[in-house]
Amino acid sequence: MTTPKHLLDTQDWTVENIEALFNTADVMAQVLERTIKKVPALQGFTVGTLFFEPSTRTRLSFERAARAQSADVVSFAAGGSSLAKGESLKDTLKTLDAMQADLYVVRHAVAGVPHQLARWTDAAIVNAGDGRRAHPTQALLDAYTFRQRFPDGFAGKKLAIVGDIMHSRVARSNAELWTKLGAQVTLCGPRTLLPPELAGGRVSLTTDLCEAAEGAHAVMALRLQSERMGRGLLPSLAEYRARYCLTEEVMAGAHPDALVMHPGPLNRDVEISGALADGPQSVIEAQVKNGVSVRMAVLYTLLVGRR
Amino acid sequence: MRTLIKQAHLHDARGDHGVHDLYLRGDRIEGVDLGGEVDHTIDAQGNLVTPAFIDLHAHLREPGQEEKEDLASGLAAAAAGGFGTVVSMANTTPPVDDPGLVAALALKAERLGLARLRPAATLSRGLKGEGLTDFAALKAAGAVMITDDGIPVADAHLMRRACEYAQDLGLVIQTHSEEPSLRQGGVMHEGAVSQRLGLPGNPAAAEAAMIGRDCEIALLTGARVHLAHVSSKRGMQVVEWFKAQGAPVTCEVTPHHLTLTDAALASFDPIYKVAPPLRTDEDVAYLREALRRGVVDNIGTDHAPHTRAEKERDLLEAPFGIGNLEVTFALLYTELVGSGALSLERLLELFQAGPARVMGWPTPTLEPGEPADLVVLDLEASRPVTPATFRSKAKFSPWSGQTLRGWPVMTLVGGRVAFEGV
Ligand SMILES: [Zn+2]
Repeated sequence: MTTPKHLLDTQDWTVENIEALFNTADVMAQVLERTIKKVPALQGFTVGTLFFEPSTRTRLSFERAARAQSADVVSFAAGGSSLAKGESLKDTLKTLDAMQADLYVVRHAVAGVPHQLARWTDAAIVNAGDGRRAHPTQALLDAYTFRQRFPDGFAGKKLAIVGDIMHSRVARSNAELWTKLGAQVTLCGPRTLLPPELAGGRVSLTTDLCEAAEGAHAVMALRLQSERMGRGLLPSLAEYRARYCLTEEVMAGAHPDALVMHPGPLNRDVEISGALADGPQSVIEAQVKNGVSVRMAVLYTLLVGRR
Repeated sequence: MRTLIKQAHLHDARGDHGVHDLYLRGDRIEGVDLGGEVDHTIDAQGNLVTPAFIDLHAHLREPGQEEKEDLASGLAAAAAGGFGTVVSMANTTPPVDDPGLVAALALKAERLGLARLRPAATLSRGLKGEGLTDFAALKAAGAVMITDDGIPVADAHLMRRACEYAQDLGLVIQTHSEEPSLRQGGVMHEGAVSQRLGLPGNPAAAEAAMIGRDCEIALLTGARVHLAHVSSKRGMQVVEWFKAQGAPVTCEVTPHHLTLTDAALASFDPIYKVAPPLRTDEDVAYLREALRRGVVDNIGTDHAPHTRAEKERDLLEAPFGIGNLEVTFALLYTELVGSGALSLERLLELFQAGPARVMGWPTPTLEPGEPADLVVLDLEASRPVTPATFRSKAKFSPWSGQTLRGWPVMTLVGGRVAFEGV
């Protein structure tokens, strides 16, 4: 089994690669259970976090994953001032490459930037979210969380994702990964936010939330960005809530052991009812926790596991 | 000054004339097989000699963006591509909306002695899409075309008035047909690939809708409207329909829309970011078919050079456009003539008689007395695209490394050698 050099998206990772990664994440989860939550696995390695788009949650999760394995972490946050206006992406990377990191964790508002950076550096690149395209570690931690509850695997299972599919890298990455692992995925949202081109293979689309949730083993609500309203994509928040808020009623049609998921941060009672988010079916907290162990496994695999 | 082009296989709009010695006197064609003393002999054995190409659509970036291209580099690139005449687009900084600027460009280009420059001027003042420029004064200064190319004319009323005014003056209005609010922030063709890549899409409907509007305005006003860079099947079908209705419109396609698809964006390389965007296989097939059937009037390069640094930005920030003057003929000869999709005769027509007809210029021929604007083509020459050798400042290309057959080896403009290559 060869391990890919980068984690740009899950497309170029085989099912075998992914299962190996999940097994490593199991070990990492145990590390995080210890009193001293630190191992020397990545001592001497430097992990650079390049967040061209702010995301405290994801950045902290990666940094914690790196430090728990004793890697050095250097952070670059481009809140506008650090990235010179008009400077090319390549020039920016060349400047940052002075950090001599072995691996860069990259978040950028534009699709494809991690791929572009991977062409210009020898370091490994982990995509921490590029535009609306991909968020592979989120998909991996979501699938990992599901696997904890359904150890018999993904074949024959159904995942429903509801919300702003159009602008969601989480939806794209999860659809890609879960179908690769053998599950069926239903994407659901208002027609203005549901690109028909995403259907195909094991991915189907519906504008009807109850139909999407019907028999699902997991239902994931996506965060709704309120700025979508102004651009004619949604008539009003009230209308969205009435048609697409994930509630206990909707979940009644799902599989009895179905999981309620959300990549966070939540708008309570907009895309998901507060009661459901805090209820027994919710694995939202587990997703956050698993995020660290899955990211530990990603860093470990790319830096050490590849040798 | 008398020049002999020896053993040239001659071809022009009147047909194929076989191998002859072609004589030039001064800046004009003198005749064939005349004999007598010459000052200069060019050996054209095994090569095709034909009127130099005309490009109605090149961005030469002067004034103001000389880091991307300037008249010297752009017109040298044109000559290297076999072009003897180039219409330069006016979306420069400042825009070419002033007669003085038109005259200055024309004068400067004439001194360079490379390809001939025929400047376009903007339709709206400052490219703002609000008030019209002084068409008559611009024409008197040398502008041959009126266009806001690069920026679609959003206001239909302004477009109508521009057409009325231009019609009276016999000027061609060229359009960049993309309905702006439908195109929105799209950076690539809207379709399966854009959805998978998560990149904002620009639907073919934006092009088709705007072509429809502009053709209606052409019908309404009787103005000559030239639809630049038609990229989609839908757009081309609208053009065909309006042509059948007798609308006074012509249209062009670009080399990149005939050879590349949106699948290229999967590499996330902004080199493939162009406006209008690269479309699908189906669109490319339809455009090729439209070339063959004669719906398309000319090939326009839409040569749009940028600096490497600009193209090394992310896909939203990187500018639209690619440089292609130097590879256009070899690319289309290889991919279209080489594959049997198009005859050489038709391809040449799209570079010679076609663009001349669009502009109302005389058809370029090799008849005695015609300007000695010629290209010498080595149709057997086969070599890889090597951007490092480009005359253009944009030394990178989507076709870099690709082996193409059929290259210009010499371009003469007014009897002078404007390009001589390997
Ligand atoms: Zn244009």
